[in-house]
Amino acid sequence: MIKAILIFNNHGKPRLSKFYEHYSEDTQQQIIRETFHLVSKRDENVCNFLEGGMLIGGADNKLIYRHYATLYFVFCVDSSESELGILDLIQVFVETLDKCFENVCELDLIFHVDKVHNILAEMVMGGMVLETNMNEIVTQIDAQNKMEKSEAGLAGAPARAVSAVKNMNLPEMPRNINIGDISIKVPNLPSFK
Amino acid sequence: MALKIVKGSIDRMFDKNLQDLVRGIRNHKDDEAKYISQCIDEIKHELKQDNIAVKANAVIKLAYLQMLGYDISWAAFNIIEVMSSSKFTFKRIGYLAASQCFYEGTDVIMLTTNQIRKDLSSPNQYDTGVALTGLSCFVTPDLARDLANDIMTLMSHTKPYIRKKAVLIMYKVFLKYPESLRPAFPRLKEKLEDPDSGVQSAAVNVICELARRNPKNYLSLAPLFFKLMTSSTNNWVLIKIIKLFGALTPLEPRLGKKLIEPLTNLIHSTSAMSLLYECVNTVIAVLISLSTGMPNHSASIQLCVQKLRILIEDSDQNLKYLGLLAMSKILKTHPKSVQSHKDLILQCLDDKDESIRLRALDLLYGMVSKKNLMEIVKKLMIHVDKAEGTTYRDELLTKIIDICSQSNYQYITNFEWYISILVELTRLEGTRHGHLIAAQMLDVAIRVKAIRAFAVSQMAMLLDNGHLLAGNMQRNGICEVLYAAAWICGEFSEYLQEPNQTLEAMLKSKVTTLPGHIQAVYVQNAGKLYASVLQQNEQDGDKEAAQEITQMLIDKLPQFVQNADLEVQERASCILQLIKYIQKLQAKDVPVAEEVMALFAGELNPVAPKAQKKVPLPDGLDLDAWINDAPSESSSDDENPKKMIFHEEEQRSARHRQPEMDEDELARRREVRKQEQANNPFYIKSSPSPQKNYQDASGVDHIPVVQIDLTVPLRVPGMPLSDQYLKLEEERRQQQKQDRQKKKKKQKRDKKGKRRHDSLHTESDEDIAPVHHVDIITEEMPENALPSDDDDKDPNDPYKALDIDLDKPLADNEKLPVRTHRVSEKKSPEIETSPVEEKSKKPSKKAKKEKDKKKDKEKRKSKEKVSKKHKFSENAENEHAAPEEEIITPTSKEESEKPTGEASDLDFWLSNTPVQSKSQPEPLRNEVASEPVASEREETLKEKDKEEDAKSSKHKKKKHKKDKTKEEKKSKKKKHHSDEEAPESVQNGSLDEEPLPPMSNYCLLAENSYVKMMCDIQGNLQDGSQVVVSVIFENQSSGYLKSMEFNVLDSLNTKLVRPEGSSIHDGISVPFQLPPEVSNEARFVFTMESIVMPQKLKGTLTFIVKTDDGSSHEKLDFKLHFTCTSYMITTPCYSDAFAKLLESGELKMCSIKVDGISISFQLLLAKICFHHHFSVVERINSCASMYSRSIQGHHMCLLVKMGDSSVSVDGKCNDSTLLGNLLDELKQTLTEKC
Repeated sequence: MIKAILIFNNHGKPRLSKFYEHYSEDTQQQIIRETFHLVSKRDENVCNFLEGGMLIGGADNKLIYRHYATLYFVFCVDSSESELGILDLIQVFVETLDKCFENVCELDLIFHVDKVHNILAEMVMGGMVLETNMNEIVTQIDAQNKMEKSEAGLAGAPARAVSAVKNMNLPEMPRNINIGDISIKVPNLPSFK
Repeated sequence: MALKIVKGSIDRMFDKNLQDLVRGIRNHKDDEAKYISQCIDEIKHELKQDNIAVKANAVIKLAYLQMLGYDISWAAFNIIEVMSSSKFTFKRIGYLAASQCFYEGTDVIMLTTNQIRKDLSSPNQYDTGVALTGLSCFVTPDLARDLANDIMTLMSHTKPYIRKKAVLIMYKVFLKYPESLRPAFPRLKEKLEDPDSGVQSAAVNVICELARRNPKNYLSLAPLFFKLMTSSTNNWVLIKIIKLFGALTPLEPRLGKKLIEPLTNLIHSTSAMSLLYECVNTVIAVLISLSTGMPNHSASIQLCVQKLRILIEDSDQNLKYLGLLAMSKILKTHPKSVQSHKDLILQCLDDKDESIRLRALDLLYGMVSKKNLMEIVKKLMIHVDKAEGTTYRDELLTKIIDICSQSNYQYITNFEWYISILVELTRLEGTRHGHLIAAQMLDVAIRVKAIRAFAVSQMAMLLDNGHLLAGNMQRNGICEVLYAAAWICGEFSEYLQEPNQTLEAMLKSKVTTLPGHIQAVYVQNAGKLYASVLQQNEQDGDKEAAQEITQMLIDKLPQFVQNADLEVQERASCILQLIKYIQKLQAKDVPVAEEVMALFAGELNPVAPKAQKKVPLPDGLDLDAWINDAPSESSSDDENPKKMIFHEEEQRSARHRQPEMDEDELARRREVRKQEQANNPFYIKSSPSPQKNYQDASGVDHIPVVQIDLTVPLRVPGMPLSDQYLKLEEERRQQQKQDRQKKKKKQKRDKKGKRRHDSLHTESDEDIAPVHHVDIITEEMPENALPSDDDDKDPNDPYKALDIDLDKPLADNEKLPVRTHRVSEKKSPEIETSPVEEKSKKPSKKAKKEKDKKKDKEKRKSKEKVSKKHKFSENAENEHAAPEEEIITPTSKEESEKPTGEASDLDFWLSNTPVQSKSQPEPLRNEVASEPVASEREETLKEKDKEEDAKSSKHKKKKHKKDKTKEEKKSKKKKHHSDEEAPESVQNGSLDEEPLPPMSNYCLLAENSYVKMMCDIQGNLQDGSQVVVSVIFENQSSGYLKSMEFNVLDSLNTKLVRPEGSSIHDGISVPFQLPPEVSNEARFVFTMESIVMPQKLKGTLTFIVKTDDGSSHEKLDFKLHFTCTSYMITTPCYSDAFAKLLESGELKMCSIKVDGISISFQLLLAKICFHHHFSVVERINSCASMYSRSIQGHHMCLLVKMGDSSVSVDGKCNDSTLLGNLLDELKQTLTEKC
């Protein structure tokens, strides 16, 4: 079982948090903070597993994470998950994000956390891995997006126009902030497929 | 209306959407909290609007704020409103917010039940999907109960997208509503074989999660999983299954034996590290469960260790970490195999990654021996010095203590060395483990008598330097060491060189800065020390010195009397008064030392931590009699409510109590016990160490023989350096060796000596004698202590509820709650108040009843006719399952056979009999595989007898199994090549570097509009002249297929095995019926004379099709093609055996060449393995040697070489005809399918 999925940036700012067990908001924040502290002080070239243990649940649990440019993707899992399998799942997740957002960067996650949630929901459900095939995930997401668009229809048009105007008026388009793209190519990916 | 919408959306334009909110927060970095509270006010306003779009917008913003740590539970009702929107966009937002913040404590959650049910049955699959996803996050026991049936219906949804989600969510439902597990389980099991791999994977996932918690309930699924394991190519599924097997093997060692082969094959063939790692892990679990070292398993363990070494040597830190992790599991059972990789593990200690260093440390535990302990610890001490960061250093410290103290200090040859190591460790600043060091010091000093003198001298030194410790590290745990030091110096004061000095050190004013409990020990032991000093002085007749020391104590003790700690205060004032009294006596010239010494007389023995708990009630002991001396009737247990506290004991005593037990008897026993205790002062119970010869000696005051090596100075000036002991140890060993060699010359020792002579460095552990004749006093345990370890299980474990026996038949009351119309209740007030309504409902109710009846009838009918195979009947039942209001009624009649049947199925499957596990739905069938399968279920008496025979023979077999195992073990090594199961061929090549297309050996046999037959032919391992044809019948019509009969026209060479007494023209009836769109498999056995040629047989299937319109007789002709391949059995072969075989020169050779091959070599090999039942012996680049065996024992060796676009295959076989034919078939496969 996956107990929690967290995404935060190099400064510990949460970009997505998904807990598959109930914790109060305060505890959630504390977990995010502590996880960040654990993960951020690790070098780049050390292993991606951490026996966080006490953070969520018991000693059975592990933190498995990957660091992409500005973002940490952390999965907290118990012993029924394969460590290398989860690493691979993170990779699939990021690649899927990359496909859905076209060159995903931290800003996409900042402004479209709902979409990230939707993509995640197609991969992991209630803490269990639902789908690992990227194409299948993308297909489902596309179909849902299409449905969303058709529902928005005419009524959505003015809102879209306004938000376009809003973006125009802003002195800095968020995309221009150079936060750095998430590098997708990870050299030592365990050949899983 | 339209205007309103437009107006609404224009209003909306100026609302903040999620992006605006995020942007706003980013622009208000300084007053974020204030800005957000503003936004929340806006959101509250938006939520009051009627427009659902506005609400949804507000809710998505709330979901974002939730991530930032804001409580949004106040908006729960609004979230539900958004969830119930008809638009998917909003619904999704609603469910997302709900999944983020709803939980069991959310009070409005029960309002969602109907909404969710509506969404689950929505025609739009994404509505259903979104509802399932949301529900998976916030399902409560109530929701689980109310929706279980709806979800179960979805498990058979037409869309795999829904099916897999429904299957997955069932796990959550089971957790919250355990009663649903049994009714839903058959369907879940069915999903293991779902055509969609995603659904299959989900089902595997759920069952693995279930089985992980309560593995024993899922043992009966092992055959099914075994089949999946050998057929699946999805690594996710494989990993889950292999992990599951890891959990199952401890319960069933036979399963482990069965698994070893396929797992080893997987290890050899797979290139996916994750899969490899899990395989290794499970093999380890298997080997642990098969604790007896079977000869051919040492190969497996070697393989594992070797593969793990590759992982550890990898540059990828992740693999390194996992390798070490798995290695530590092997260590527990097979330390020897790990020890050979000591170099590697020591190397990992220097790794820059802390996690890896920690894992390597774990392994060190098993690496040590008497010989290398000192070296290893020295290395660790260096690391301790170098280590930055207290966590790692503390870990090192505990590990050093762990490995030194393991198994009763087994590896320590020189305790002086160990004490000095401990003393060195006290120099660590800021460690948390002071108490650990202290405990070790105490333990060693108490239990190793020979070391006490040395220990005391070291401790005295620590006390002298104590102010250093106390000064710097008041807050740290290291001062705990002083606790031990003070106690040791006090308790064993007779060994002190300069007791006066030590006494002074203990009474320094700095001591008062120490924690209270340490000061208390100081005070108490100052008393002890004083007593011994006093005695010394009196013996010497040095009255002045005695008075001096008394005066000193009287001067120093008051500082402790004023201490804040009560314990210290009390002890200090007590001792102070005592000493004042002594002073008075001294003034009168009365010798007091003896009396003062008596205060502290007696030896303290170590007591095992669990000793108290383990005191059993001795036989015949009446607790009351013992305490009260005069047993009275009134205090009998059941009348005394106070005794309830000792409930456990009471029961036990009740059990053991003998009715007549008089005073004399008790007294006698007491005497006996006392005698016993006197003879056995240490109550030694466990693990007698070889040195403890003194046990036999009688008398409490027995003193062990101590031979102190005089080359070791007893007092080391200054702080001791453990390093010196390394040198000394070496010298000593050298000395010993020389001694021994001298002896050898004299006594002419045997081989052992010779060997030592040959290799100076392979001294075995036994040769290293410890410096001292050390007696390690075993910790005291009460007499007759029970060895049982009572580890209580947590009663609050949520998974405990799921510990449900799944093999038991479903009882009538076990069904999922289903929404039913209340009218079925006769006295329902609704009916009385609204008769009109009732009328309208009655007919429908009747209709329903009728329908039900009909259903029941049908069911019963089918039940009667259908053969009793439960698997099939389940199918039938599920076919009946009407989508909505269906009640899963248990069919107890057939199910009642299930438990025993299944258990024996499993037994059978696990027994060593080879199995054609290509398809394993009814393992029982294999039992009579050699008999005509179809007849097995017919209930004629004759058949029954036969079956019983088979069963009883099976029982016999089981009985004899144990006796046989030894023989089997021997024979297995030879035999296990032929014992191999067919499906191994699947993994042999199919799971490798690249994803391989799904392959199946089932080929179309014949087909018409009613039925489709697929078949696969496999050699029978039990009998060299038989092959088993597995035929899948698939019903392609809309009617029922019944009375199917399978018949072939025998040839001289090949004959269908028919039940006894039937003529060669009779067909065999297929043991099942097929409802529409259902398929099932049957097996038929054929006997062969010669297998060197392919054969073709004509056959016919006759059957009755029953549709609504009526029934008709139909038939279908087919041609069974027995290829030479079907006589081959995948058999692994090791390269050395392979080479021998080729060298033997008995094989005939033949070769072929195929051009125009474009597939990869990998795939090519996989194809040959799969379709032609070969296994790869060795593969070098684009060249591979392969091996297989025919059912009649022909060896078949292939050398496959791949050129640019051509493949050449050289074959060698005992029989050239067979070889030729097989190569032809091979050529055909390669040309047509490439």
